[in-house]
Amino acid sequence: MAENLVEIRDLVKQFPVKGGLLHRQVATVNAVAGVDLDIRRGETLGLVGESGCGKTTLARILVRLLEPTSGSIQFDDQDISHLRGNALKPFRKRVQIVFQDPYSSLDPRTQVGESISEGLRIHGVSDKDERHERVKAMLELVGLQPGHTGRYPHEFSGGQRQRIGIARALILKPDLVVADEPVSALDVSVQAQVLNLLKEIQGELGLTLLFVAHNLAVVEHISDRVAVMYLGRIVELTDRDTLYRNPLHPYTEALLSAIPIPDPDRPRDRQILAGEIPSPLNPPRGCHFHPRCPIAQGGLCDVTDPPLEPLGGSHQVACHLRVATNSGSPIDGG
Amino acid sequence: MKMMSRKEALAQLQAEAADSSRLFEKPLTQWRLALRRFRGRKSGMIGLGIVVFLILVAIFAPLLAPYGPTEILIGKEDVSRYGPPCIHMLGCDQASPQHILGLDGNVRDEFSRVIYGSRVSLTLGFFTVTLALIVGASIGAVAGYLGGWFDNIAMRFMDVILGFPSLLLAIAIVAVLGPGLRNALIAIAIVTIPQYARVTRAQVLGLKEADYVSASRALGASPMHILLRRVLPNALTPLVVLATLGVATAILEAAGLSFLGLGAQPPTAEWGSMLASERNQVFTAPHLVFFPGLAIMITVLGFNLMGDGLRDALDPTLNR
Repeated sequence: MAENLVEIRDLVKQFPVKGGLLHRQVATVNAVAGVDLDIRRGETLGLVGESGCGKTTLARILVRLLEPTSGSIQFDDQDISHLRGNALKPFRKRVQIVFQDPYSSLDPRTQVGESISEGLRIHGVSDKDERHERVKAMLELVGLQPGHTGRYPHEFSGGQRQRIGIARALILKPDLVVADEPVSALDVSVQAQVLNLLKEIQGELGLTLLFVAHNLAVVEHISDRVAVMYLGRIVELTDRDTLYRNPLHPYTEALLSAIPIPDPDRPRDRQILAGEIPSPLNPPRGCHFHPRCPIAQGGLCDVTDPPLEPLGGSHQVACHLRVATNSGSPIDGG
Repeated sequence: MKMMSRKEALAQLQAEAADSSRLFEKPLTQWRLALRRFRGRKSGMIGLGIVVFLILVAIFAPLLAPYGPTEILIGKEDVSRYGPPCIHMLGCDQASPQHILGLDGNVRDEFSRVIYGSRVSLTLGFFTVTLALIVGASIGAVAGYLGGWFDNIAMRFMDVILGFPSLLLAIAIVAVLGPGLRNALIAIAIVTIPQYARVTRAQVLGLKEADYVSASRALGASPMHILLRRVLPNALTPLVVLATLGVATAILEAAGLSFLGLGAQPPTAEWGSMLASERNQVFTAPHLVFFPGLAIMITVLGFNLMGDGLRDALDPTLNR
C-alpha cells in the first residue's frame, strides 16, 4: 500500500463565463490553476486560504462533485479524475464530504435517520433493521441521541445538524473525509465541540481528513500538515508546527501575522497586505502573489511562475526568493 | 390587519404550548406547521369550506336533486317553461310541483341540473390539473435537472404554447380533436402544461445546487433517485398552490368551451352549456342564466380562496 492515499497532479479547474447575446463563452475563471498535493494515509491535512482562492472547488473536485478540466487524482492508485456514472460508485463509498452550512446540507423534508441511512441504501445494505441499527450507532458516535432518527432537521441546532452531517458522511466508513469549512458557520462555543468530535472520530476510525478552512487557529488545532492556497495554487505545504513557527512564503507570513494574539503588551509585527486578491478571471503573470508581495522582485516574480519546491524535510514552498535563500539542501531542485 | 393576525397566531401558539402534551406528541413536520398556519387564515378556510361543500354536493347529487339532470318533464308538469321559479314557501300553488330554480327551455328542473353540473365541473377540473401537473412537472423537472439541449428545446416549446391566448389555443385543439368533454379536458390540460413545467423547472434549477442534493450525489445516488427523493419533494410547495388555482382556471375554461359548444354536449348538465342554451332568454328568464353562472363563480372563488390560503400557509419565507 502506498503511503499516499491521494495524489493530485497538476489539477486544473476552469469555469466558463458566458455572456453576450448568444451566450458565448467570453472568459474563463481559473478556480484551481495547477495543484499538486499528496494526502497521506491517516493524516489530517489542513487547507487554508482566503475566500475565493479555490479551496472549496478543490474539495469538491476531490469528492468528484465537480469534474476537473485537466490533471489527475490518484486515489489509492486509481485515477478517479474523469470517471463517470457507475464507475464512480465504489469511489463514492470511500470518500465523503461534510459541508459548510449545516442549514442547507440536510434535506428539510426528510427525517434525519433517513438522511443518514441513504448511503447505506445506495450501497446495498438492503436490510432495514440493520440500517436502523447502524444509524443509531452512528448517532451515538457523533454525540446525539439514537432515538432522534425520526426527527426533522429543523428540530436541531446548528451544531447538532453538523453532527448529523458528519454522521451521514461516516456511515459508509469512508477512507477519506473532506470537511469543507465544517465549523465556520457555527458559534465559537460549538466550533470547539465539533472540531474535537472530528478529531476523536478520526482517531477512532483511522480516517484520512482533508480539512478546508479559512481560520488558521482552527487549522492549527486539528491538522497534522497544512497547505496554504492562494489564487488557485498551493503556495506552501509543510507540517503544522513548522508552518506556524517558521513560515517561508510571504503570503503565509502575512496570514499568520493576522491571527489575533490575546496579549495586549506583546509587540505585534503585523504585515498588512495591500490590495485585494486578484481576480481569477485574469490572474497576474508569473507568481500569482507578486502584486501584493512585500519582497517581490521585478523581472523575476512578475515573469516566472514559481513551482512548489521542496526544501529539506517535507517543507515545500512556491517562492523564487525564499527558495533561493533557504535551499541549503534541496532534495531535487524543480 | 396584519398585526391582528400575528397576535392571533401568537395567542394560538401560546394556547397550544400550554397544552404541552399535544405539542410534544408528534414531531412538527413542515406540512403540520403549514396546516396550522392555514387554519389561522380566514379566507383560506372559507375557500376550503366552499370546496368541501361542492365536493359533498357532487357526491350526494342524487339525494339532493329532486329530478334527474336530463329528465324531461313535458306533459308531467304544469309550470310553464321560462316561467318564474315555483317555490311553495313564496306563495306558489301547493298543488303544483316545486321547482326552486324553475324549468329550462327543454322543461328540465334547473335546480337538479345545477346540482349535477358540479359533478362534471369538479371531475373535469381535477383530471385536467392532474394531467397537466404530471406532464408539466415531468418536463420541467427533467429540463431543469439535465439542462443543455433538452432544456432549450422543451422550454422553447413551452414558450410557444404560452405565446397563444390559452382559450384560443384550446379552441383550436378541440377543433382538431372534435368537440366533447374528454377532448376539452385534454385541450385545457395541454394549454396549462407550460405553467407547471416552468414552475417546476425554476424550482429544480434552484434545488439541484443545494448542499443536500450534492450530499446525495457524493453518496452515489442515481440522478433518478435524487430527482424523485430529494428535489421534487422540496419543489412541491408552489406546485400545490398552482394546482389549486389551476382547478379554478380549468373549470372556467371548460365552462367557456362548453358555452361555445365545444365541451360538454347536450343533454349533459354542464354549467357552461346551460348558460349557452338559455342565453337568448336572459331577459325573459334571467334565473336560467343566473344560477349556472353563480355556480361557476362560487366554484372558482372557492378554489381561488383556497389556493391563496395555501400559498400563504406554505410560503417558506414565513417559516420559523
